[in-house]
Amino acid sequence: MNFFTLLNREIRAYFLSPVAWVVMFFFLLLTGFNFYAGVAALNRGPSEVTVVEAFFNTVFFWFGFVLIFPLITMRLFSEEYKMGTIEPLMTAPVRDSQVVLAKYGGALFFYIVLWLPSLLYFAVFTRVTSLEAAGAAGPFLGAYVMLLLIGMFYLAVGCLASALTRNQIVAAIMSFTVITLFFFTGLLNFFLLNVTPALRELTAYFSALEHMSEASRGFFDSRPVVFYLSLTIFVLFLTFHVFQSRRWRN
Amino acid sequence: MIKVEGLTKKYAGITAVKDLNFTVEKGEIVGFLGPNGAGKSTTMRILSCYLSATSGTASVAGFDVASQSREVRSRVGYMPENVALYPEMRVQEYLEYRAALKGVRGRRNRQRVNAVKELCNLRDVDQKLIGALSKGYRQRVGLADALLHDPDLLILDEPTIGLDPNQIRQVRQLIKDLGKRHTILLSTHILSEVEMTCSRVLIIDRGRIAASDTPEALAGRVRTAGGIRAEIRAGAGDLEKALAALPGVRKAEVEEMPDGWQGCVLRTDAEHDPREAVARLAADRGWALRELGREQVNLERVFAEITQSEELR
Repeated sequence: MNFFTLLNREIRAYFLSPVAWVVMFFFLLLTGFNFYAGVAALNRGPSEVTVVEAFFNTVFFWFGFVLIFPLITMRLFSEEYKMGTIEPLMTAPVRDSQVVLAKYGGALFFYIVLWLPSLLYFAVFTRVTSLEAAGAAGPFLGAYVMLLLIGMFYLAVGCLASALTRNQIVAAIMSFTVITLFFFTGLLNFFLLNVTPALRELTAYFSALEHMSEASRGFFDSRPVVFYLSLTIFVLFLTFHVFQSRRWRN
Repeated sequence: MIKVEGLTKKYAGITAVKDLNFTVEKGEIVGFLGPNGAGKSTTMRILSCYLSATSGTASVAGFDVASQSREVRSRVGYMPENVALYPEMRVQEYLEYRAALKGVRGRRNRQRVNAVKELCNLRDVDQKLIGALSKGYRQRVGLADALLHDPDLLILDEPTIGLDPNQIRQVRQLIKDLGKRHTILLSTHILSEVEMTCSRVLIIDRGRIAASDTPEALAGRVRTAGGIRAEIRAGAGDLEKALAALPGVRKAEVEEMPDGWQGCVLRTDAEHDPREAVARLAADRGWALRELGREQVNLERVFAEITQSEELR
């Protein structure tokens, strides 16, 4: 019961703060532009990619994508530490785990809401061009499931960073760095001189770019699913312990 | 209601609370008194399960604050020193949320929220955003929050800080009324507050209990070695010597006043009251006497005496 009370408050906190609306506005602007760029590219001539594949594999998507997680998560714990509202919160009979999960759940909810308008783009595309946006249900579903999986892990990283500090900027920088490293691992191949096939394969396992590209072409691979789910659980577990440690740290 | 044994809390090398022992019985209103940095807030934060102790144990209503923290928290209403609230929420909304967190749901939620709004005079502002409230109202929202689940024990950390004199009077009256139904532990460094509201005083100094008694008994402790104040107009010279010669007077201090009178302070033994002797002395010598009385003894003096004598040790 307490979990839902907390979750409710977390979700409302997002939509009662101007930051959330600003993030949504600019995120829509960026994804809208990204969508336009994808359609424009297809207009130039015959293409092997669908609009869904184009949408999720551009630089515009990448940059917007890695930036939103620090923005969504930086306030979660840091703000409560700084304002002191953590004191009334944790002297109420709530479990630490409930608080961590409610905060994570609130962030996940906001993340999902952030992506909902993009469904509209593809609906409009299909209506206007009478073409399937993804060619089939598989790539479409694959792209959105991968979006959710990667998002779950990166939000957990953001949660952990926020639980570590009372300064939101510090939290944002920490999570941005870690997320960027994870997201762009695949690009490492371009910068190293002697890339052995083994190294290429290894980075492919970790590369979100690779995961996204595969999923948006309709390939289902269980390895990224396990990868992201297990990392999410592990990082949330760390967050829980960091959060608990405040009782004896300060 | 509260039992604290050997409680110690260290922060990065600094010992905030050192081997603290005390108990509070059900129904008491206990004033927790001490200079800044004495460890009052730390102790209260441990009792409300916000911090854990470095060593020692504390229990509330028979539940251990470390191992049965949620049982303790559901029985304690805690008002922190700096009342921190969510500025984007409305008062009504905040109180409903807090009540739900404390397990007060459904119809009882509405009842309790209405009851605490009434108690803390929050009726007029319940639709206001908390961010727009004055300091006084925020304090009251903090107090209302502490009362929501009708807790057995109230822990109030400086509840009247930052309030104007009228509000202070209201809050003190409220605390007195609450004391009829709840056990209260409140901290303050306003001594008159303790004299007015508390049934017992714990003086804490540098992390240890320096005194524990009723406010009257503590004041009496100083009164036994108290003083007499007199204003006399004597000729030159022998006033100080004459006063010092009276039976029971340990020391006499005479000070010239701007209007030609002399202000005298006599330190006496516990069993002597030399006021009559002073009056007779003045009459015998033909001195004018316009004031004669006991020095006002309040907790202020007790406090200074206890915490300063500690310093000398």
